Amino acid sequence: MSSVATLPLPAGAGARPRSAASLLPWVVLAVLAAFPLIAPAFGLEYYIGFVRRLLIVMIAATSLNFILGYGGMVALGHAGFVGVGAYTVVAMVEAGVGSAWAAWGMAIVISAVFAAAIGAVSLRARGVYFLMITLAFAQMLYYLAVSLRTYGGDDGYGIYTPLSLGGLDGLHADIFYWVVLALAALVFAFSSRVAVSRFGHALMGIRDNETRMAAMGYPVYRIKLVAFTGAGAVAGLAGALLASHNNFVSPSLMHWTESATLLVMVAIGGMGKRWGGPLGVAIWLTLAEVLKLYTEYWHWPIGLMLILVVFFAPKGVATLFERKEKTQ
Amino acid sequence: MDAIFIFEQLLNGLGYGLMLFLLAAGLTLVFGIMDTMNLAHGSLYMAGAYIAAKVHESSGSFLGAVLVAIVATILIAALIEWLVVRRLYSRDHLAQVLATFGVILIADDLVKAIWGPSPIMAPTPAALTGPVQLLAELPYPAYRLVLLGVGLAVALGLYLLVNHTRMGMLVRAGASNRSMAEFMGVRVGRVFSFVFALGAALAALAGALMGPIGAVQIGMGEAILIPALVVIVIGGIGSVRGAFVAALLVGLVDTAGRAFLPPMLRAVLPPSLAADLGPALAGIAMYVLMAAVLTLKPAGLFPARA
Repeated sequence: MSSVATLPLPAGAGARPRSAASLLPWVVLAVLAAFPLIAPAFGLEYYIGFVRRLLIVMIAATSLNFILGYGGMVALGHAGFVGVGAYTVVAMVEAGVGSAWAAWGMAIVISAVFAAAIGAVSLRARGVYFLMITLAFAQMLYYLAVSLRTYGGDDGYGIYTPLSLGGLDGLHADIFYWVVLALAALVFAFSSRVAVSRFGHALMGIRDNETRMAAMGYPVYRIKLVAFTGAGAVAGLAGALLASHNNFVSPSLMHWTESATLLVMVAIGGMGKRWGGPLGVAIWLTLAEVLKLYTEYWHWPIGLMLILVVFFAPKGVATLFERKEKTQ
Repeated sequence: MDAIFIFEQLLNGLGYGLMLFLLAAGLTLVFGIMDTMNLAHGSLYMAGAYIAAKVHESSGSFLGAVLVAIVATILIAALIEWLVVRRLYSRDHLAQVLATFGVILIADDLVKAIWGPSPIMAPTPAALTGPVQLLAELPYPAYRLVLLGVGLAVALGLYLLVNHTRMGMLVRAGASNRSMAEFMGVRVGRVFSFVFALGAALAALAGALMGPIGAVQIGMGEAILIPALVVIVIGGIGSVRGAFVAALLVGLVDTAGRAFLPPMLRAVLPPSLAADLGPALAGIAMYVLMAAVLTLKPAGLFPARA
């Protein structure tokens, strides 16, 4: 990828002035890190698990946002990679592996391999055809999981002995929460960093004008494949964490509506905005959680919100805040 | 596995394929002409199935129920088009997918509020409950025969409409090059409203007819939407002829896969492996077909835009 190194950075992309906005990630991180310590005082213990799930889904959404927002790849099969990660953990447990780190690491590797293979085929297609091919591969993975009776088939697979976190075990009852938080923060920081790197700019260039980038000598297909594989690997990590979170894995993880939901979350939050993924996940899951408290009809308000976002905030909720900041 | 069984399964596959065609025809025309991806098409199918089942139950007339379902679904579709889809024509596919996914969520909750969360029974019309002796050895349900007949008749009618009427000519012109058709004085917007209503009517018909042999439940629209999308992609987006061929292909491959693959695998593989592999391969067959077609012909079998 020597040609990537020749891409000139736009002026000021690397050196943003330090402002209140640049402190925001640290404030959010601090609040989230303190949450398990504060929650019992307010009787909110139940929500420690909820926030943990939120963080895990944010990892998956951030990875999708990377290829969707920066790469312009509208993939409708991202839940497939989440599923591959989760089932890798199941396979490791079944093989007698007790270490969470080993299982999660393997999940990243295996889902990267799947993403590379699927991406190599799918990325030759464009537009709706790309969307349909990624959907088709996710459906294949879904039916594969349904047929794997050793791993529970349609009924799913329960992990009865939680995986060990090695030396961290027993430090605190909520240690898994902080591990998830650390990984989510890492993924967020890494994807924000890559987005403003030369690679990220090349990816955005391809999104905006693929022919031109190819004419300028960029290895367009290879750049897209690397991005797709990386996103698949991170989605696999989210799947592995989800398996540990629920101690249960079932094929419904890979149903096409799960892929659509991920897509919707990113679009609500803001595609190609670094807060897009986390914001979309927070809005969607919190709304679902709150609505479920009051009514069993909790789908339609979300559907209505989705239509309103498409009409009135077409670039996502993250851009609404952006505009506010500028006018202040 | 004897000849009778194979023949019966092929007939089932043909019936499923024809119902898929009813759905895919509307979907492919909407996509082809207005470049609009309408996921809520599956919800129209669900609306047709529910309305037909309920009207049939209370009135006793199946034919009347189907007609009521079609008219009601056209009205629902007009409302959706007016409120949501019309504002999406100029937007990208992702915005269309998101907004119409929102419509799906609303539609599912609406159906749950009106008819309850559990699946409802759609009775088979009394006159058609028995079997018909097709061959000496092959009794075939009369209702499924009617399904085949209606499906073929509608396909023929659609063929005549699209290829041999003035309206059909305008539809084809809009699908192959919309802006050129507009330059030549075709009111594409009006053609589109007609196509959207036609698509809704066909989706409702498919839903009403599939009710008695499938499950009338929330989520039935999403379940059939994916095969319908596979059909329009294989057939070539915008092409009714392509949708017809692809629907029959998908219907046959899917049904044949489910019926023939497990016994065939059992003959050559150890039973436990065959039991695992059979359903998986059957479920995957349709997607493998799509991947194979797109590898050979990236724009589908019959690309509408030459």
